[in-house]
Amino acid sequence: MSQFAINILFVGASFAIYIGIAIWAKAGSTKDFYVAGGGVHPITNGMAIGADWMSAASFISMAGLIAAGGYANSTFLMGWTGGYVLLALLLAPYLRKFGKFTVPEFIGDRFYSRTARMVAVVCLIVASLTYVIGQMAGAGVAFSRFLEVDATTGLIIAAVVVFFYSVLGGMKGITYTQVAQYIVLIIAYTIPAVFISLELTGNPLPPLGLFSDHSASGQPLLAKLNEVVTALGFDAYTAMVDNKLNMVLFTLSLMIGTAGLPHVIMRFFTVPKVADARWSAGWALVFIGLLYLTAPAVASMARLNLMTTIYPDMAGQVENYDAAAANPLAYEDRPEWIRTWEETGLITFEDKNNDGNIQFYNDGASFEDRGWEGNELSVNNDILVLANPEIANLPSWVIGLIAAGGLAAALSTAAGLLLAISSAISHDLIKGAINPGITERGELRAARISMSVAIVVATYLGANPPGFAAQVVALAFGIAAASLFPVLMMGIFSKRVNNKGAIAGMLSGLIFTLVYIFIYKGWFFIPGTNNLADTPENWVLGISPLSIGAVGAIVNFAVAYLVSKSSEEPPREIQELVESVRYPKGAGGAINH
Amino acid sequence: MADEKTNAEAYWKANVRLITGCLIVWALVSYGCAILLRPLLSSIPVGGTDLGFWFAQQGSILTFIGLIFFYAWKMNRLDKQYGLEE
Repeated sequence: MSQFAINILFVGASFAIYIGIAIWAKAGSTKDFYVAGGGVHPITNGMAIGADWMSAASFISMAGLIAAGGYANSTFLMGWTGGYVLLALLLAPYLRKFGKFTVPEFIGDRFYSRTARMVAVVCLIVASLTYVIGQMAGAGVAFSRFLEVDATTGLIIAAVVVFFYSVLGGMKGITYTQVAQYIVLIIAYTIPAVFISLELTGNPLPPLGLFSDHSASGQPLLAKLNEVVTALGFDAYTAMVDNKLNMVLFTLSLMIGTAGLPHVIMRFFTVPKVADARWSAGWALVFIGLLYLTAPAVASMARLNLMTTIYPDMAGQVENYDAAAANPLAYEDRPEWIRTWEETGLITFEDKNNDGNIQFYNDGASFEDRGWEGNELSVNNDILVLANPEIANLPSWVIGLIAAGGLAAALSTAAGLLLAISSAISHDLIKGAINPGITERGELRAARISMSVAIVVATYLGANPPGFAAQVVALAFGIAAASLFPVLMMGIFSKRVNNKGAIAGMLSGLIFTLVYIFIYKGWFFIPGTNNLADTPENWVLGISPLSIGAVGAIVNFAVAYLVSKSSEEPPREIQELVESVRYPKGAGGAINH
Repeated sequence: MADEKTNAEAYWKANVRLITGCLIVWALVSYGCAILLRPLLSSIPVGGTDLGFWFAQQGSILTFIGLIFFYAWKMNRLDKQYGLEE
């Protein structure tokens, strides 16, 4: 059977399962649609959160980023997991007790203000929509690579599939679909990792393999990798980072952003009790941890595999490696996987010195003295996970599995985000402000219509990407970190913060963060409109635009506190509401509103 | 009524104390061991690198998981102790 047929088989079979589940769990009421009827088990919910959370960025890009950046990009690992501690301790149990459907609804009720609710709706839609565009684009690329169609066709297939199960099923369908997607994606991620770890270190568990000895050289894997990359002029894989302030703030931004992303918070409304919300967060992180502990192993092993593929004589024991005398791979002899990925344009080779060999080293180093004309190979970080099975010569069914897993990751997150958007529009905007008397049927219809519109918008923008994939994700996290998380937290932990404080806090955090990003990345991301070049020398105190969300969150906290302090106390019934949210008793009843 | 109120206040205080403790550990492993204090930990070798690198790539994630389960378990006990469980 051809690779194409195998891919079709795996992708088709997994989709049949998702759509089957969506039809089986079709939503009958708004409660089913928004919170899956409120009766999901914590372990099931934990798995669903895992799939919801782990997007194309986690599945496809993260290992590549770590492979390229080594220690410096550990921020993604800590940031995207550490946010769950904040969620579990500071938000999930209380929002579950509050027992409403959406994040803006909590903000509107707690701060007794329709304006606050509408500001929250805006923050939510901007954050979720920017995030979903990235997912659609990712799914489109994966479809086009594995189904051998062009990118636009891939994107349209992705949109149709998302449309089917998220619009039909709502949260109930999505929950069980996501459980299936989690299982598909984790198997797809770990199988190649296990084989590669076995091959390189003899250890079948990749997280342990990362710190084991490299079989071919007898050195520890990471020491071997450091030796190989520094010999070719790259920074050591485990090298320290000079700008610690930026690294701390970037990690903090990702953590607060994680805890403030509405599509993740919503998942905690689906369990029966407050105690279950706490357990759910723990289970979610266990399931996420399975991938996040494997990713750094995949990263270092893929990097080592790539280097030793190009420089075969570095595979074994090398001491005082002389890069100038090295024998790089002849371009003619390149393995099949390089040929395949060259076709997609994600690996490119340019024979600068016309010797027919692949010269692969850091451009910044002084290799020109040795008669080399510069690095000749560029490899897109995003392909590492997808190419891994091919690099390790695994059977073709593993490639089919990876295809299904990557798509599961992108589509489950897209579905979760679309749900957050549609409920903000139908529940908060339409029912909460425009037409409070709307029937349940009408609201459900509005939710489905807004979800369809969001899919169309996301598909359109995914097909015509404004060319800022990484910035989109940073913006989504920055917005969530700087706007939603601080007011949610203060709403629970402070009785003193009032409506004026919350609105001023959200707006100042949001605007501060957006302006800082736009100054370096261009206004509304339009190329050429940036005021300063996006380089470390121009950053204020060395804080990159990707890390600014953490500062925005601090601004939000400070403004909300000061404005509240200088205006009247919240009314008595609001203080009682805050009180009641703090105690878990009676959450079971609260969902039957 | 008054008793119920003091009971609830004591519960909330215990909760906030627990959260603070957990967050100190949370910050210590990630921002502390993995980033700021890494040079101090560089003399402790772990599989070809140092302990700080291990914390950055695995140690903090494992600690986070432990923290959430510890918090959930401890809170369930507090819920029972103060008669506030469901």
